[in-house]
Amino acid sequence: MIECFNLSKDFSDVKAVDDLSFTAHKGQVLGFLGPNGAGKSTTMKMITGFLPPTNGQIKVCGIDLAEDPLAVKNKIGYLPEGAPSYHEMKVGPFLQFIARMRNIPVAQQQGAVDSVVARLNLNHVYYQKIDTLSKGFKRRVGLAQAIIHDPEVLIMDEPTDGLDPNQKHQVRELITTMSKNKTIILSTHILEEVHAVCDRAIIIAKGAIVADNTPTEMESMSRYHHAVSFVADLDTILLNKIKDLDCVRDVTYNARLKETTVFPTQGLFIFDEVSGLLKQQGIQVTSLKMEAGRLDEVFRNITQPAQNQEVQQ
Amino acid sequence: MNHVSAIIRRELQSYFATPIAYVFIVIFLVMSGVFAFYFGRLYERGQADLLPFFNYHPWLYLFLVPAVAMRIWSEERNSGNIELLMTLPVKRLTWVVGKFLAAWLFVGLALLLTFPIVISINYLGNPDNGVIIASYLGSFLLAGAFLAIGSCLSAATKNQVIAFILTVVICFLFLLSGFPMVLAFFKLFLPQFMVDVVASTSFLSHYASITKGVLDLGDLGYFALTICIWLYATVLVVEMKKGD
Repeated sequence: MIECFNLSKDFSDVKAVDDLSFTAHKGQVLGFLGPNGAGKSTTMKMITGFLPPTNGQIKVCGIDLAEDPLAVKNKIGYLPEGAPSYHEMKVGPFLQFIARMRNIPVAQQQGAVDSVVARLNLNHVYYQKIDTLSKGFKRRVGLAQAIIHDPEVLIMDEPTDGLDPNQKHQVRELITTMSKNKTIILSTHILEEVHAVCDRAIIIAKGAIVADNTPTEMESMSRYHHAVSFVADLDTILLNKIKDLDCVRDVTYNARLKETTVFPTQGLFIFDEVSGLLKQQGIQVTSLKMEAGRLDEVFRNITQPAQNQEVQQ
Repeated sequence: MNHVSAIIRRELQSYFATPIAYVFIVIFLVMSGVFAFYFGRLYERGQADLLPFFNYHPWLYLFLVPAVAMRIWSEERNSGNIELLMTLPVKRLTWVVGKFLAAWLFVGLALLLTFPIVISINYLGNPDNGVIIASYLGSFLLAGAFLAIGSCLSAATKNQVIAFILTVVICFLFLLSGFPMVLAFFKLFLPQFMVDVVASTSFLSHYASITKGVLDLGDLGYFALTICIWLYATVLVVEMKKGD
């Protein structure tokens, strides 16, 4: 469990984090979202004890970070942004070194290393210098380092950044399997990832929390929530016919994709009406779906006003 | 303790994983030989001691030791590794001491590899080996003091070149603080007892008395204290600068 109370961090005259409070519970995967420079990484650095907060209190598993930083660090696994490591070292010795520094008993060190090597498929590169590894492998070495001591709390700064789709999938599966008995915080720019792994998402902009919901709740804040999209050749007459339906608030047409999106009046289901109308008019439809909502749109709506203010200032 | 030894092992492995270690050792051995025989006329002066050899160590260290020290912290900061190190459940002091000891042991190894000169002088004549051992100890301590200074300045900057130059300058000042030229300058505006304090911080005078074979507790204590103070300063600088 992670508790943050009124966390603030000033860098000279810039407020990177401003009065942030939240609690992350065990078994929860919490996603930090936000534009670059919003304060996600700074918050993580404070929780992991790398940067001292200017104000506020942090408790990890009930232990106050300021009172006993080593005990807190012992409970946390941390993947810093960019997954730094000793590039001149080989994967195996690097993990053995971390195992020693993580206070794993000598007899269990090799076992711990072997276990993470197997879980992250690092067997083939065990004797390879980290320098020579691809970005994906380097990231996995960073992850291995973070989970080698089976921490209660796992904090990851952009864990899937720069990975290919297969590797992303693999890392997400790993996070999901680990999430049962851990508290996990991760930051990401990839919104689909929030849906794939997070139970809860916090959007941070200019150092403050601007939204704190489950990904599904967040989607329902979208204009696209319960909107119906279909791909078909349409003429303006039909488009206007759809627009004139009582339950329809708005219609957009994307000429390039030939995709029409029909937005419902607040809170209504219009799938049946739209599909009925299309069938009635005998229109050939190549795809027809009801949208859950678009996170990227919600993200933009929530975070952009803050950015615009910045420009005005 | 377990942590310190793990850090030392890792650091030493990384010295030898890159060409730094070999370049340093080879240059140190060649240069110490050149200085002793060519400039010090160790052979021609016909005396069975290693004074010409040890006399040049401070000047050799002045450029070689900062080259070892410059990477101790600035490399970690530059690569972002410092974030990893400082979030492991290990005290900052442990890191500072471990990294310093690794560098010191490494320079110590280079120093040990000069043993053929001891064998040669014993073959050629009948030197006082007690003095030679004391001189080695003095040389090792001097290297430690330089390294502690270098470690602190390396923590202060991400740029290894800046760390190197600053370390050379500060070490140079500490070496020369006993010279009449420097003292005359301080005499202009400092009272005599302060000038004596400045004079007593000279690495060179403490080193010279050790290499004469006088193992005075004051000289040994001076180097030990210098190392401790600069390492403590390193701990503070790392804390201050880690987030930059």
